[in-house]
Amino acid sequence: MLKINDLHARVEDKDILKGINLEVNAGEVHAIMGPNGSGKSTLASVIAGKEEFEVTQGNVVLDGEDLEDDAPEERAHKGIFLSFQYPVEIPGVSVTNFMKTAINESRKARGLEDMPAKEMLKLIREKSEMLEIDRKFLSRSLNEGFSGGEKKRNEIFQMAMLEPRLAILDETDSGLDIDALRIVANGVNKLKSKDNAVVVITHYQRLLEYIVPDFVHVLHNGKIVKSGGKELALELEEKGYDWIKNEAVV
Amino acid sequence: MAYTEEELKKELETKEYEYGFYTDIESETFPVGLNEDIVVAISRKKEEPEWMTEWRLEAFKAWKEMDEPEWANVQYAKPDFQAISYYSAPNSKPKYDSLDEVDPELLDTFKRLGISLDEQKKLAGVAVDIVIDSVSVATTFKKTLAEKGIIFCSISEAIKEHPELVKKYIGSIVPQKDNFYAALNSAVFSDGSFCYIPKGVRCPMELSTYFRINQAGTGQFERTLVIADEGSYVSYLEGCTAPSRDENQLHAAVVELIALDDAEIKYSTVQNWFPGGKDGVGGVFNFVTKRGLCEKNAKISWTQVETGSAVTWKYPSCILKGDNSIGEFYSIAVTNNYQQADTGTKMIHIGKNTRSTIISKGISAGKSQNSYRGLVQVNSRAKNARNFSQCDSLLMGNECGAHTFPYIEVKNKTAQIEHEATTSKIGEDQIFYCNQRGIETEKAIALIVNGFSKEVLNKLPMEFAVEAQKLLEISLEGSVG
Ligand SMILES: Nc1ncnc2c1ncn2[C@@H]1O[C@H](COP(=O)(O)OP(=O)(O)OP(=O)(O)O)[C@@H](O)[C@H]1O
Ligand SMILES: [Mg+2]
Repeated sequence: MLKINDLHARVEDKDILKGINLEVNAGEVHAIMGPNGSGKSTLASVIAGKEEFEVTQGNVVLDGEDLEDDAPEERAHKGIFLSFQYPVEIPGVSVTNFMKTAINESRKARGLEDMPAKEMLKLIREKSEMLEIDRKFLSRSLNEGFSGGEKKRNEIFQMAMLEPRLAILDETDSGLDIDALRIVANGVNKLKSKDNAVVVITHYQRLLEYIVPDFVHVLHNGKIVKSGGKELALELEEKGYDWIKNEAVV
Repeated sequence: MAYTEEELKKELETKEYEYGFYTDIESETFPVGLNEDIVVAISRKKEEPEWMTEWRLEAFKAWKEMDEPEWANVQYAKPDFQAISYYSAPNSKPKYDSLDEVDPELLDTFKRLGISLDEQKKLAGVAVDIVIDSVSVATTFKKTLAEKGIIFCSISEAIKEHPELVKKYIGSIVPQKDNFYAALNSAVFSDGSFCYIPKGVRCPMELSTYFRINQAGTGQFERTLVIADEGSYVSYLEGCTAPSRDENQLHAAVVELIALDDAEIKYSTVQNWFPGGKDGVGGVFNFVTKRGLCEKNAKISWTQVETGSAVTWKYPSCILKGDNSIGEFYSIAVTNNYQQADTGTKMIHIGKNTRSTIISKGISAGKSQNSYRGLVQVNSRAKNARNFSQCDSLLMGNECGAHTFPYIEVKNKTAQIEHEATTSKIGEDQIFYCNQRGIETEKAIALIVNGFSKEVLNKLPMEFAVEAQKLLEISLEGSVG
């Protein structure tokens, strides 16, 4: 589904991604780990099409199509979803209104009419129950005054509403308490199918106990320096990153 | 599509006025220039009684002695008052019984503006009195209103049919000599609306008037008078669009509201006059005097959405004369390109336990300048007066300006005054967040701006709120950086 070929990206003359190769197929779960500042969020942003980053070499291909010329919203319409590490506040815009706009814009792009209000309400009810979100919460301004954990849960609520084909979860686990982590992880698992794929960016093995990855990749200094199965995450938890950094230098 | 600052800026600059067209309707227009003869001629033309002619002449005398004010934070080439024609009426003078009799081209104009009469008529509960140029050409729902004793007609008609009311109240809130533009308006006002709600009557529908400037080089001087008698209630809507013109068009309206004991007036405006081209050429000069008087326990709410005009100078105000009276001002002012707006309110607390609320949302884009200017005055007798003011500014790009000029004059120690102000910018991160959820940039801006303005939009009557949201979207298309 997703194929990243020799991807190089920079921001303000600083090279951040230095040749990423990654292939994600439908039905798979990939985990990306790596030290702070290694480029994980940057990779997520580049896949989502953030203009701030300049792709200097290589490309991102979705279903055989190079995404180079696609605006972020077009990528979203093609089914890419990013759960942000730092979700942005939009004062005065309720979660519900935001979701309604997002869903109807995506439908418009596909030549569909607006979703009927009844259907929308049903969807909201279903998904908010799944993620154990209080309905009152949905009438609050998007992310404004949300706690760290509430923001993350709200990101997954949006994912559930939009049902993306490729979901990238950037440190969705950080900030969640133990119960919330379970609820959110269960939500993600329920949304998983053989037709979609999930990329989880995380620092902790704990999330991967719930969302079990098929592959684990280690990003270091803008490159994937090691890939393996889910046991690699355990090994990292135990040993840290130094041995991999050393391995990479060799 | 990429949205770097530069590209966004460019896109913003290419936004043209949506309603830029001109309807060719035969008009009867006076020669340009202003002198006593013209003032008298206007009055004659409108078959006014002698007292009205005298009143106009008094205003004209005062105006001749006055200078155009310069204290506002706006810059513009002063209009040449001798180059303006002060009267223009659609040729078809008599009022029509049905739409079929109205000039089809005129109807077409309404349709292009999205305010076709037949549509409006169907809109349950909305009475429409349309002013094109200077003379009312259509009035609906009059009967329903008449049954309740409500008078809703053009001011010219009111002068003839209800002289005692007009004579008593016109100029009582905004005197002829109040200011330069008010004096000019008093001398030459062409038409406008009149509304009287009898004691204890709740007006069953929103009253609305659409104003348009249509004739090249014709100043528009509307005069509105709304009287809510004791214990009555009325919600009044005013909205307008205008065709684009190269030369500046002057608009100097006067609105007077009188809320007698226990009465309530809600006055809502959506203003979308031609703001001038992207290079800053042309556009409407909008110098408006709006003021309301509250007697005991009365309440006046001004709600305005200002997106148009090249230069706006406008301070809807409340004189809280009666004890326990309430004044409110909710405003959204959008400026783009080279637009300049200096707008705000005055809350004059005279009675005891008077309360006022001011919520102002300024949105500036392009090279525009957006100023809030507000006065909260508490007189010595006004025990326990309270005011809350909140002024928020939203900036797009680095070339526009937002300014806040709050003036507070308190002469009674028991007063409680609160003032809050914020300035924020639409961030690239907010836009990207929306984009990532499938919302394109223009829609994202509209969403963010609507969110920013929500407290004020919520104050508008339903059908107006929808129109206002659309307007915000149109006025800011592609503008962020
Ligand atoms: N807009 C920017 N301008 C300058 N440098 C940037 C910008 N965005 C990211 N960087 C730099 O790029 C590097 C990678 O950042 P990124 O956010 O991708 O790291 P990360 O792997 O997600 O780290 P963390 O685990 O802390 O979230 C960092 O050194 C960061 O400072
Ligand atoms: Mg990160």
